[in-house]
Amino acid sequence: MPYIDLEKDVPGIRSLVIYRPDTGKPLYELAQILLREDSPLSQAERELIAAFVSSRNDCTFCTCSHAAAARYLYKDESKTVDFVLNDYENAPISEKLKSLLKIAGFVQADARTVTAQDVEMARKNGATDRDIHDTVLIAATFCMFNRYVDGLATFTPTNLKAYELMGERMGTLGYVLPQKST
Amino acid sequence: MPHIPLPDHLPGITGLLEYRVDSAKPIRDLTQILLRGESTLSEGERELIASVVSHGNACKFCAAAHTAAADILLGDSETCEMVKNDLENAPVSPKMKALLRIATLVQKSGKAVTQESINEALTNGATDREIHDTVLIAALFCLYNKYVDGMGSATPTDPKFYLTLGERITTHGYSRLKEGYDHLKNNTIH
Repeated sequence: MPYIDLEKDVPGIRSLVIYRPDTGKPLYELAQILLREDSPLSQAERELIAAFVSSRNDCTFCTCSHAAAARYLYKDESKTVDFVLNDYENAPISEKLKSLLKIAGFVQADARTVTAQDVEMARKNGATDRDIHDTVLIAATFCMFNRYVDGLATFTPTNLKAYELMGERMGTLGYVLPQKST
Repeated sequence: MPHIPLPDHLPGITGLLEYRVDSAKPIRDLTQILLRGESTLSEGERELIASVVSHGNACKFCAAAHTAAADILLGDSETCEMVKNDLENAPVSPKMKALLRIATLVQKSGKAVTQESINEALTNGATDREIHDTVLIAALFCLYNKYVDGMGSATPTDPKFYLTLGERITTHGYSRLKEGYDHLKNNTIH
């Protein structure tokens, strides 16, 4: 049961942005800009960072929905997402992405623990300033979304099919502010 | 040392927001609405939430900046110090105490918030909207704190820097300055 009076059966972040659309608008704009617009990281990689951080924050709704979006965007290599969520260090991904996920993990746990050596390693593996910046900001942003969604105990669907549909919507339409059903 | 090259005259969050202006826009908009827009919580009370979360995340830059803003808005410096270090005995209303406790739980994890902590706020007169805004402000400051510290952004040590910044965010607010930030290049307070 959500801690505040939210529209019934509307899950996670969607119920919150319908509750307060004026703050919902910049929240959805931020997700769209960070996960869909210009970045040296692919959309699939960015969704993977979002799912990875959400999983470390134990936020079921955000983990399942962003993992579904990442699977949709990884297409034939959708299994990559599950490898990464289980054991990213041994997952079939580039060394660059591994070193960026390591940084994202530190941001999630305690951002002060990101060291110059971690950043140096990412650069050695081909990461640019923008890769590093976008990774840190996506990780920080999902620490916000995860706390917002769980801090108010929003409705979390348990049916995996529901997330598959969400992932497809996120992969095709992106982040469009939902409207209150009338 | 910041992990990417950032301008020397823009320590803390400002250099990051100027580094990528497109993502900065919704972050600034959200902050302006939450901390300065219409609310039954005063601007000072909302800055207390920002301060207590930044303090919990040990983000020195954000804690000092929002403490400066809270002090200006509340007209004293004792309240914010007490809220950060000894919330139970801080000179704030029972409702504010309950909301600040929720904020400190959100800082740890969204899952750490309990029905009991919510009931405590409701019993002391908090509305759904106040609880919602408290959780979202606390979550937003986790974003800021992690962005600033995760990028290794510079943290000025001169208290005067934060007085000036506190003035700016209590008078101008959180929108990007129309004239940009080039005029701060001559600023020697770091």
